[in-house]
Amino acid sequence: MTPDLVGGLESPDYASHDRAAHEPYTPVFTGAVKHELDELLTHYPTKMAALLPALWIVQRERGWVSEEGMVEVAGFLELTPAYVKGVVTFYTMYHQHPVGKYFIQVCTTSPCGICGAEDVVKALLRHTNAGELGITSQDGRFTVIEVECLGACGFATPVMVNEEFIESMTPEKVPELLARLP
Amino acid sequence: MGYPHHPHPRETTVLSKHFGEADARTLDGWKKRGGYKALEKALGMQPVDIVNVVKESGLRGRGGAGFPTGLKWSFMKPGDGKPHYLCCNADESEPGTFKDRELMRWTPHALVEGCAIGAYAIGAETAYVYIRGEFTEPLHWMEQAVKEAYAAGIIGKNAMGTGKRIDVHVHRGAGAYICGEETALMESLEGRRGNPRIKPPFPAVSGVFGKPTTINNVETLIAAAPILMNGGDWYKKMSLSNPKSTGTKLFSVCGNVQRPGTYEVVMGFPFKEFLYDLCGGPLHGRKFKAVIPGGASVPIQTMEEAEGTLMDYEGFVAGGSMLGSGGVIVIDDAQPMVTVIARLARFFAHESCGQCTQCREGTAWTTKIVERIRDGEGTIEDLDTLLDIAEQMTGKTICVLSDSCAVPVVSGIKKFRGEFEALIQGRRFHPVTAAVA
Repeated sequence: MTPDLVGGLESPDYASHDRAAHEPYTPVFTGAVKHELDELLTHYPTKMAALLPALWIVQRERGWVSEEGMVEVAGFLELTPAYVKGVVTFYTMYHQHPVGKYFIQVCTTSPCGICGAEDVVKALLRHTNAGELGITSQDGRFTVIEVECLGACGFATPVMVNEEFIESMTPEKVPELLARLP
Repeated sequence: MGYPHHPHPRETTVLSKHFGEADARTLDGWKKRGGYKALEKALGMQPVDIVNVVKESGLRGRGGAGFPTGLKWSFMKPGDGKPHYLCCNADESEPGTFKDRELMRWTPHALVEGCAIGAYAIGAETAYVYIRGEFTEPLHWMEQAVKEAYAAGIIGKNAMGTGKRIDVHVHRGAGAYICGEETALMESLEGRRGNPRIKPPFPAVSGVFGKPTTINNVETLIAAAPILMNGGDWYKKMSLSNPKSTGTKLFSVCGNVQRPGTYEVVMGFPFKEFLYDLCGGPLHGRKFKAVIPGGASVPIQTMEEAEGTLMDYEGFVAGGSMLGSGGVIVIDDAQPMVTVIARLARFFAHESCGQCTQCREGTAWTTKIVERIRDGEGTIEDLDTLLDIAEQMTGKTICVLSDSCAVPVVSGIKKFRGEFEALIQGRRFHPVTAAVA
């Protein structure tokens, strides 16, 4: 996706991520994970087609997609690291920086917007102590962002916590949601 | 059925019959409900005969464009010596639309079956189901269904023991509305940025991996099975209005309404009764003000237009809008229209792939102006500027995302101009006009 051309959503402050970003990189595609990639490659007539799934694996294993991760994927799929980065930066779901332990996405597109999604965002920012959108809370637990249509408009407001999809979130239910996260 | 509510007696449940039945998600449960009988029947037919039954049924694409499915399938020529591909478009991202999500999370085997039937009909050995990255639950159920179907020999190199090869693979997107555009979907599937392609060549000539390809929506493919079982004529007869719109259609309803959910009705159902009867009418003490009946990309309807509309492809056009994806967004009198439109414009600005200047610049510029009006800082000239930009954004780009952004703005200004003007007249200090004065 394009960066936020129209402004309004602040760029996250990545200072708090420095620690994780500077840990030494260990390869993702070894052992069982390498086999997973090999199996994936049988689904497509080209190696390049496995790029999105391969990046998903990197994110699953490491929590985000680092430059080193892109280089590793590029090597296996016979692509250049620059090409891989071009693809990573197009899609919104690949984290190009470490994020909180719980990455919380709230849909605020019009159908949810008219059902009170803004209030859910405010409640999440308050109760997680993240304070601002895109900024990870001091304790490293939470990053809250607004997303475009999550495709569950009849269950406003949908919220995603990492890979978990939660329907019908309200400001009142926010404390309960956060309390059950280990 | 009106999931998550009890089915309404006026619904006609063909595709949504088993929503809410957890057991229907498993292979055994699906077989108990008559699953995979249609595939068995299909594999015993000639591909051209399957295409003819679908042609006869009058089934049209359920993703938004409404192109006749049988005709689309007939563009593919089995036996031309090239690999063919079927892509199932499960990148459901149109604001207001969530019917494919329900289909995949309640009846995943129905889609595996639909993909297998579609693939066989167009001479493809491989079908890809491209599911948007955020749909973790549908993704889980689809992956499980595919695994079960492979293990049972329903799909694979010897599908149902017929010696025919049909592979079905689930492919996860990674967050990009534009990948629901069919050529962008193919680019993404190939491992590229999701930039739409210039047409021609059309996918049936050169699609994914440069090979002949058909792209169908989830609902379209799932409809193929009951059509094969009951005949094209049975489907064709399900129409309350126009013979060009046949069968049942899933409508996902959201916004300010008593019972949001996914409803299945026969084409041509009266929209007024749908909104007030099936969906339960407005919230307590409120009144409906406007409806966006086919996802965010179609023109906004006033209630007067909506209440006179028959729910089919032609009916929504006559009612000043389009059927689109069947995502019905209901807006009540407590919502400022300019705020709703501003948020939609921002959506399109965020999702523009940035290839075409008209779209990249137009969506962002439109958003800035509508948000300025929303915040009480607009001028009356802004309305003309918006209409002018919208004209420059329409029909001039590789895909229709640009047009889609212009649509709510133009229809909004045309039908709810009073709300724009009220915000402008009550505007706060504006440095530009102040300097001119």
